[in-house]
Amino acid sequence: MKQHDRTDSSRRRLMAALGGAGALAAFGPARVFAAQIGSTGALGLAELPDGTLAEQLLYALPGKVPLIKKTYRPPNFETPIQYLRSVITPNNAFFVRYHLAGIPVVKLAEWKLNIGGDSAERQISFTLAELRKTFKPAEITAVCQCSGNRRGLFEPHVAGVEWGVGAMGNAVWRGIRLKDLLSHAGVKSGAVEAVLNGADHPPLEKTPDFVKSVPIEVALDENTLIAFEMNGRPLPHWNGFPARLIVPGWTGTYWVKHLTNINLVSKPEANFWMSAAYRIPRGMFKTPSFKTQVASANEPITTMVVNSLITSLRAGEQVRAGKPVEIKGIAWDSGSGIDRVEISLDGGGTWRPSRLGRDHGRFSFREFSMSVPTREKGALVVMARAVARSGEMQVEKLIHNPAGYHHNVIQRLFVEVV
Amino acid sequence: MKPARMLIATAFMAATGIALAQESKVQLKDAPGRDKAMQCVACHSADYIPMNSRFLDRAGWNAEVNKMINAFGAPIAKEDVPAIVEYLVQNYGKPAGD
Repeated sequence: MKQHDRTDSSRRRLMAALGGAGALAAFGPARVFAAQIGSTGALGLAELPDGTLAEQLLYALPGKVPLIKKTYRPPNFETPIQYLRSVITPNNAFFVRYHLAGIPVVKLAEWKLNIGGDSAERQISFTLAELRKTFKPAEITAVCQCSGNRRGLFEPHVAGVEWGVGAMGNAVWRGIRLKDLLSHAGVKSGAVEAVLNGADHPPLEKTPDFVKSVPIEVALDENTLIAFEMNGRPLPHWNGFPARLIVPGWTGTYWVKHLTNINLVSKPEANFWMSAAYRIPRGMFKTPSFKTQVASANEPITTMVVNSLITSLRAGEQVRAGKPVEIKGIAWDSGSGIDRVEISLDGGGTWRPSRLGRDHGRFSFREFSMSVPTREKGALVVMARAVARSGEMQVEKLIHNPAGYHHNVIQRLFVEVV
Repeated sequence: MKPARMLIATAFMAATGIALAQESKVQLKDAPGRDKAMQCVACHSADYIPMNSRFLDRAGWNAEVNKMINAFGAPIAKEDVPAIVEYLVQNYGKPAGD
């Protein structure tokens, strides 16, 4: 544990050095940050808690490449930044997030999807083959981002899984439309929510099972899918095999994995995961309200906020004078689509639009890039801010909230031209 | 950890088959109260604790322990709570003066 303490105190000294007058000159320390696995300080963002940095490491779950281990049980693993340099995140590098440790390996021969509830006309049940045979295929490219992505960057820090920037990924999801399945079961006029449960379960009987609901209008939206495939392959076990819900634009908490039951209900779902967890203070964000779940002080998190990530640079990176600085990254929002990603090189005084990559649809990551020629030696401050077609823009200052959601503060990277 | 609780935790991990061998490499700091705090690993790996350090004060750790008992049904005896919170505050709590 002595090791631990040395790391803590040396880190504090580095932070002090970076925060002081010599911040621009402190490139040595910045390279030390870069060497730490999953450091967000190395990306020009606020840093993770000391204990998180000391504890996390790269570890490969079966079927996955080494990912940033946050916790072993239940498994919470983050995608390292190199896999976020492509617009589609590879299946074997896609982040893993579970709340509860009971994670069965689902056998397709035994798996069925059951539809029911008091607001369904019929109780029905399908095997995967039956679902594929009965319903028209549907496909969408969409970002799956954990509600708590970047929680570790909150200052002051808040309790939870201390995610850096990689609790997200973008994939081509293929399956069927949830609305087709629900129409087949028959939706009664009093239905207010669709309640979703998966095969994963709590370690103890008294622990609330992870069950989520979505508003009926979201369940019936044409973009809401039950996916069997991810990037042309069956869903990986750790990402919800054999079927998961896809709710484009909404945070990952609603994307229930290992889906087994969907109930149409006339009364709002009231379990812990809806009534107590995944809540934001009312009115703090401009995201839509989940009307049947609003309480006096708070309401459920719903859609993602606009955000971007520079993936091509590390804080303190050295670039030869005369060579261009290649600024590349990805941007995403709740589904209005990315209008532009602007770059500033003067600390936010002036902003210029970057070049956007191919449009993979309004729910997808959108790549951006800018090549900046360098002339003078010295420090260059690179900032990127995404603006959605809705007009929503990334924030300059963190909107602090108790559970650590919706961090979309503008990144600020120092590059050294030598 | 009491042998009985150890048995429950081990039996659970074996039954669900999700315990990763590497988990045993996560060692909580050896200090008074560690045995009581090890009850936490019945439901989750110990790394949740260092991951959430060091920024929670006594009220913060107390809230976390009580959340585990009241919201998640952790079978932890009421009389063990002060010792667990004390262990977390001393070893994984916000350093004084920060």
